[in-house]
Amino acid sequence: MVRTYRPQSFQEALEIKKGAPVITIAGGTDLMVKRRRSTGLSPYFEVPAMFIAHLGEIKGVRFDGGNIRIGAACSFAVLLQNEATPPILKTAVSRIASPAVRNMGTIGGNICNASPAGDTLPVLYARDASVVLKSIDQERILKISEFITAPGETVLREDELLKEIVIPEKPFDVNFYRKVGTGMTNTISKITFTGIAEILNGMVKDIRITFGAVAPTVVRSRVNEERLIGHSGKEIEKMIPEISSLYSALINPIDDQRSNAFYRRSVSLRLLGHFLRALPGC
Amino acid sequence: MKISFVLNGRDVLLDTDPLRRLLDVLRDEFNLTGVKEGCGEGECGACSVLVNDKIMYSCILPVGSVDGSRVLTIEGYRETERYKVLQEAFTEAGSVQCGFCTPGFIMAAEALLSEDASPDEKSIREAISGNLCRCTGYSMIVDGIKIASRKGRGLW
Repeated sequence: MVRTYRPQSFQEALEIKKGAPVITIAGGTDLMVKRRRSTGLSPYFEVPAMFIAHLGEIKGVRFDGGNIRIGAACSFAVLLQNEATPPILKTAVSRIASPAVRNMGTIGGNICNASPAGDTLPVLYARDASVVLKSIDQERILKISEFITAPGETVLREDELLKEIVIPEKPFDVNFYRKVGTGMTNTISKITFTGIAEILNGMVKDIRITFGAVAPTVVRSRVNEERLIGHSGKEIEKMIPEISSLYSALINPIDDQRSNAFYRRSVSLRLLGHFLRALPGC
Repeated sequence: MKISFVLNGRDVLLDTDPLRRLLDVLRDEFNLTGVKEGCGEGECGACSVLVNDKIMYSCILPVGSVDGSRVLTIEGYRETERYKVLQEAFTEAGSVQCGFCTPGFIMAAEALLSEDASPDEKSIREAISGNLCRCTGYSMIVDGIKIASRKGRGLW
């Protein structure tokens, strides 16, 4: 039996982190499965574990000076209920796992797990989200795309905790999210597609396109997005073959137990086409 | 670690490994065997309990997480009027066949009805979407919850 910590404040949690390596448990919905042993035995942890999901300081969602700030230990269920949560994030969260897991799992856990199939990630990339990383001595703010480096890997240091997620407040006129999996519940994504756009006078003023589960990390290309900015829906419809081939070169899906690369690639590009055709004026 | 919580309305205190699954603690320390282990990985819902009125899977919930919380299992819920209505409705609709999944479905029904006393079919199916049943094909369970919602008017 390893040592476990249950700090009373976020500050105390940072002090524990500073002292020795610990595994952080928020909702535990992934960790408890990955580390499970036989019935009756505790899951295996090689270093001490620290519970953080009870810490009220990192559980809220709020508007704050042009941003939406989400506490790392905010559960998916709380995100769904809170009026500050961006609608596109609610759409993605509503398709995560099941009601019970949504009561347990946290957005911070989804980010720090850094699974290629983490369903909040493509939305957070599209919305230019940042993560606030705290240690006793300092605070770092990184773009989520800089934070996650590979499947299961982030730049979180031993002495740091993810404190909150910051999403710039900005309305989008088109919010398009699709998750493709084998069922409606408890389904790990084969593909997710997120497309959001701001339209002004019939032209695309801003557009963001992300793909999940089809590469080691979320795929987004500002260069490709900029090709679409300033065009009308009609013009964009004609650009679909060209844009599709640009994204086809960027995504890099694999064959695994859930799906295969051919299916993932073709459906990703079809979803891209559906989104582009859903822009006003098409 | 010393962990205290309210279990089926009673204060309990135990000194144990906080990483133990709540499921094992409920079954092995408190003999609450209505909480079933199905998949053991948070997919089937047989181990569902309510923690502060929210449905959770006790097979992937470390007991340290429920310190200071209220935990309700089927054994505690059985003592309520609401349970009696659900029991009769499940009997009437044929919602129970082998019965292994039933405690989990009853807890999911309670979690739903306590938030929405007159749910439509879509909400019912969503609320029980994290519970698997290999016998009924779900429609009879949906019917059972509809009947309970109707007959238990005023209870939720």
